[in-house]
Amino acid sequence: MATITPAVETHSHHDHSHEHGHGHHEQSFISKYVFSTDHKVIGIQFLITTILMLMVGGALALAVRWQLAFPWESMPIIGRLFGLFQTEGGQISPEFYTMLFTMHASVMIFLVIIPVLAGAFGNFLIPLQIGADDMAFPVLNMLSYWFMWPAIACFGISFVAGGATAGPGNGWTSYPVLSDIASAAPGSGAAQTWWLFGLTLVGVSSMMGSVNYMTTIINMRAPGMTLFRMPLTIWAMFITAILQAFALPVLTAAGFMLVFDRLHELLPTSIHSGFFIPSGLVVNNAEPTVGGGQPLLWQHLFWFYSHPAVYIMLLPAMGMVSDMLSCMSRKPVFGYKPMVYSMAAIAGLGFIVWGHHMFTSGMNPALGMTFMTSTMMIALPSAIKVFNWIGTIWDGNIQFNAVFLNCAAFVALFIVGGLSGIFMAAVPVDIYFHDTYFIVAHFHYVLFGATLFGVFAGIQFWFPKMFGRMMSDRVQKLHFVLTFIGMNGTFFPMHLLGIAGMPRRYADPYLHGYLEHLLPMNQFMTISAIIMGCAQFLLLGNFFYSIFRGEKCGRNPWNANGLEWSAPSPPGHGNFDVPPVCYRGPYEYSSPEADAVGQDFILQTSPPPAGVARTAVAAH
Amino acid sequence: MKKFWALFFWFWPLVALWVCAIAPQNNWWFPSPPLSSLGHQIDGLFYLILIIVAVTFVGTQFALGYALWQGAVRTPEKKAWFSHGSHKLEIIWTIVPAFILVFISLTQLEVLAKIRVLTSFPKDVQNAPVAEVMARQFEWRIRYPKPGTQLMTEPRPGDLYFVNEVHVPAAKPAMINLRTQDVQHAFFVPRLRVKQDAVPGLIIPVWFEIEKAGEYELLCAELCGWGHYKMKARIIAETPEQVTAYLQRLEQEQNEDGVADEQASQ
Repeated sequence: MATITPAVETHSHHDHSHEHGHGHHEQSFISKYVFSTDHKVIGIQFLITTILMLMVGGALALAVRWQLAFPWESMPIIGRLFGLFQTEGGQISPEFYTMLFTMHASVMIFLVIIPVLAGAFGNFLIPLQIGADDMAFPVLNMLSYWFMWPAIACFGISFVAGGATAGPGNGWTSYPVLSDIASAAPGSGAAQTWWLFGLTLVGVSSMMGSVNYMTTIINMRAPGMTLFRMPLTIWAMFITAILQAFALPVLTAAGFMLVFDRLHELLPTSIHSGFFIPSGLVVNNAEPTVGGGQPLLWQHLFWFYSHPAVYIMLLPAMGMVSDMLSCMSRKPVFGYKPMVYSMAAIAGLGFIVWGHHMFTSGMNPALGMTFMTSTMMIALPSAIKVFNWIGTIWDGNIQFNAVFLNCAAFVALFIVGGLSGIFMAAVPVDIYFHDTYFIVAHFHYVLFGATLFGVFAGIQFWFPKMFGRMMSDRVQKLHFVLTFIGMNGTFFPMHLLGIAGMPRRYADPYLHGYLEHLLPMNQFMTISAIIMGCAQFLLLGNFFYSIFRGEKCGRNPWNANGLEWSAPSPPGHGNFDVPPVCYRGPYEYSSPEADAVGQDFILQTSPPPAGVARTAVAAH
Repeated sequence: MKKFWALFFWFWPLVALWVCAIAPQNNWWFPSPPLSSLGHQIDGLFYLILIIVAVTFVGTQFALGYALWQGAVRTPEKKAWFSHGSHKLEIIWTIVPAFILVFISLTQLEVLAKIRVLTSFPKDVQNAPVAEVMARQFEWRIRYPKPGTQLMTEPRPGDLYFVNEVHVPAAKPAMINLRTQDVQHAFFVPRLRVKQDAVPGLIIPVWFEIEKAGEYELLCAELCGWGHYKMKARIIAETPEQVTAYLQRLEQEQNEDGVADEQASQ
């Protein structure tokens, strides 16, 4: 009980802000819905932006798939619509192809996955689940959303800055010197510089979010919300925020170094460094380079951020899925503390595995051995989490709705993505698989199979809290089936393509005799991808329709335990009508305490019934 | 409908396994058996991991499907199992995978050293590269030393040049020096299971022992610009005598000034 005392301060602070919140009731439309400082509005803004960006990234992916299935054939619709590639007769040109996969990855990673998890769900859920009235720094929070738009604008400009068919084409990893010297590729000129500006701005946005999340979670928990009574979503967001805070500065610094290397190509400036350019390179018959830089430096710096970023793109979904699986199985999370510790272990180990992206890069082989062992070990906490998720469902009273199905798919597909990772951790085997479709299969199973399915579930699960209405479960189930089948049809064969030795980022792999026979398989994958892409309109339609026409619901439509479910749906400014006090952990489904009140759940805010009370609370 | 979903989660792993099982006979597998000495070891390690992974895949997917099935067939009145976890289970499923993972990494070390550590290369190739392979957008430039001399880091008069075709002796280890003239590339020979990035500013030795004479595709595996996909070249493995003959032919062609021919025909 001693843990409650320090939080009393937060309580009074809460009361104060609550009154403060009332003062804001006659806000203008602009300050309420556009430049809002309310974490819920910001979360929803992030969510809608990222869902729209998901469609953009998906369209780019379909164009990639088109070229792989029907190489050099005229693009349907797009080719004619924009009158692009007229000189190429409606074909995708090879440099346009490099732009397609570069921007597909950039949009999906920086404008969809990272902001949907931390930006949308982080913002919406953190104050609600810990019982705070808002984020610690509401204005900073607003800025973190509005810095996304300059980033989106920079990415947008990068599409056209170098000419209509020469967008940034150096991959989302942008390895120098290809990305460093303007003459190296059509997309390495102004387009690449704008891309780097976009990347930096996304980083600024994430950093503002991360500072806010850490502060809020540490300082603003409701009375009784001890660290080990926090839902795993909050633990995940907390650990993610720490990862971002420590890893992002490295990427930002590396980004600036690359910008300084290239700025003279965009502006008349004397800034002309050579961090990543060794001397004496003759690129495309240009003058030999002057410098003394080292391209491998970029790879180290880039992956020092981007490997932890892989977990930034996964951990919050892991946390959310743990919450939802527990609720839909009407059972406590199996092994709550091991779940927390394994997330912490993933985050810690995540900082010392970046070298596994560089096994073929020519770095010191002794480093390869070290990175291999640490990479193998990071599979361990992931395995522990999978076992615990299965344990959570085990002998549960499963509610077979689309939320549950998406979460179960998360577990099933994460297993595939995790297991294929073991091949890549083993250096000799990775040497064969590096930069083949095996890798593409692996990270799509993790990012799409796991994270996006977790997001689909999360959207439906917290939708009632966002809008006070339910999404149609039937439509979500249809969306689930089509997406699941399309996803596996698209990405599972990629494992086989990788084993067959098909390199990634090839505009036309069939130029090479030993890959010719893989064309039919690629056509099958493209058809699956189109099905999957179309299925997303079901989600989009269901989402926007349900905002206005969905079935209305009360505070707690899922009979869940978390603090957010004790607030009104949707919560007003300041969130809680009754200041929440937390009496127990978030997963006490089917507990004796719940039995005592005749239901299979018990809100974290319900005062313990007399008798059962003391022991249950003291147990924590 | 509940049972349908449980079966759904049992069904798709079976489809996945079936696709993998029929993959080799449909040519959706390795382009050929490994044709280099290291390739055999790499494939051996691949199959070792494949077996471990397949067993884990089947076990976890079956368990997940079973948990769903349990949930599908139970009566709604039956209460869920109220449990916060099991210390014993956590310890088991931490220690067992940990041992397996450490075991996997230990099995890799020897092969890794052979592939990458210069001092573990076969003795007779360590300081004797047969050629320098210089990648550039979008071709491979090969430089052989003048017959009878050693390959030097910088080009020397008398060096022989060719594009997109590397001749190396078969059935014995051969080493090349990999460089790039412009951006990053990667030297990828799928049938030999060889891959190494060519990094601007570095000279990286790569060795392989091709078992049989023949032609092997050489591709670029690191994005190097718009023409990345078309850096098509081949490695030709032949007997040492044939390599010598090839180099002599190349030397003749290269020294051909057209004058000798004219004189002969007059």
